[in-house]
Amino acid sequence: MSDSSRDAAAPQRRFETLVMPHLDAAYNLARWLTRSDADADDVVQEASLKAFRFLDQCRAEDARGWFLAITRNAAYSWLRNKRPQELVISGGEEGEPAELAADPATPESLALDGEATRRLEEAIGGLPVPFREVVILREQEELSYREIAELTGVPIGTVMSRLARGRALLARALGRPLPSPQRGRQDA
Amino acid sequence: MTGTERDLEQWLAAARDGELPPEEEALLEAHLAQDPRAAAHDAAARALSATLKQARYRRAPAALAHRIRDEIAQQATPRPVLRPFAIPRRWAMSALAAAACLLLAWNLALQFERPGMLPLADEVVENHVRSLMANHLTDVVSSDQHTVKPWFNGKLDLAPPVGDFGAQGFALIGGRLDYLAGHPVAALVYRHNEHVINLFVLPAAGADRRPTHLTARGYALLNWAKGGLDYWAVSDINPLELDGLPALVDSAAAPQQSE
Repeated sequence: MSDSSRDAAAPQRRFETLVMPHLDAAYNLARWLTRSDADADDVVQEASLKAFRFLDQCRAEDARGWFLAITRNAAYSWLRNKRPQELVISGGEEGEPAELAADPATPESLALDGEATRRLEEAIGGLPVPFREVVILREQEELSYREIAELTGVPIGTVMSRLARGRALLARALGRPLPSPQRGRQDA
Repeated sequence: MTGTERDLEQWLAAARDGELPPEEEALLEAHLAQDPRAAAHDAAARALSATLKQARYRRAPAALAHRIRDEIAQQATPRPVLRPFAIPRRWAMSALAAAACLLLAWNLALQFERPGMLPLADEVVENHVRSLMANHLTDVVSSDQHTVKPWFNGKLDLAPPVGDFGAQGFALIGGRLDYLAGHPVAALVYRHNEHVINLFVLPAAGADRRPTHLTARGYALLNWAKGGLDYWAVSDINPLELDGLPALVDSAAAPQQSE
């Protein structure tokens, strides 16, 4: 009967509408977290199957956040097994993390050649995961602070401080540290 | 990095990230125009963001999308009896268990983070965060209750009890006007073990209420009503550390009633 076959395909159509549009975002996040094409593949495939099984819990208006959260969780499981040290912020949430290796050879120009792109990606990949993910979610996915807070399960204030510290670490690693914004501190 | 430096840096970042309301953007533009150091930081941070956006965006390979669609199709269609499991049963069971845990955590997180369990609690947290972000913690800076209390005169239709409880661990930093639930309210700022506490005071709608603990977006709140005033204390400290505050505020309110 055509009615029953249509019903049987409904979950697939729902998956196609709700989840598949965000496959690139999920892959990009998984790729930056695992830093490996093959592992990002596995993580996203696993996350997609989970998403399909629990599709009725997905709200249409928050499908991207929901699928990204499942993907992030799958990536974290993978990281906990394979590279637990990357999940740790040395010095704790408030302390100063270890410096990334600075790269003095970075050219001044903003236009990046292949070599500079590679160095930029190494610098991002060198960030501890809690900083790396907020930088990627903000700079590449352009998620709001609130969306990032819900996705990563930390308060907005923590998102803001992680973002600031991630950016400062990257600026230093790229050989162009951000000057202090504080007026007159050094002049006083 | 000092506290104010971090506040300024995060305020600038919030503007670049499109997180500031328009009226604050104007404030920030004015600030940048007369603060070359902040302007230099902001320009460098903008350049960094432009560089970061050149990092490759990794799109999902077409083969992955195909594989996922195939898997989904297999799961959606009941398999013939001869080949009941397209994927090993053990793998499927552990994936199912993991997914169940994940969704449980997701739901719990949503419940915990969900605004609007008490809309006012969410607004209190927003005001608290904004007061720390925007370098606008206090309009009147003083640890002297006789300076802070009269400052509110004529600005509000209520007289908040003001006291410096430094000896009991809650040092008065100052006060400011804020806006809550559609009304101008008093915000008293205390420091407790290096953490800032905002104590909002507004007219109470009903009878006295005993202190109630709430959590919103990871912040601790304590709400109570006494003598026609509604109190909201908010901070990023352990919720239990707020417990001492109502009695202290009460002690500051008592002499004022006999005046």
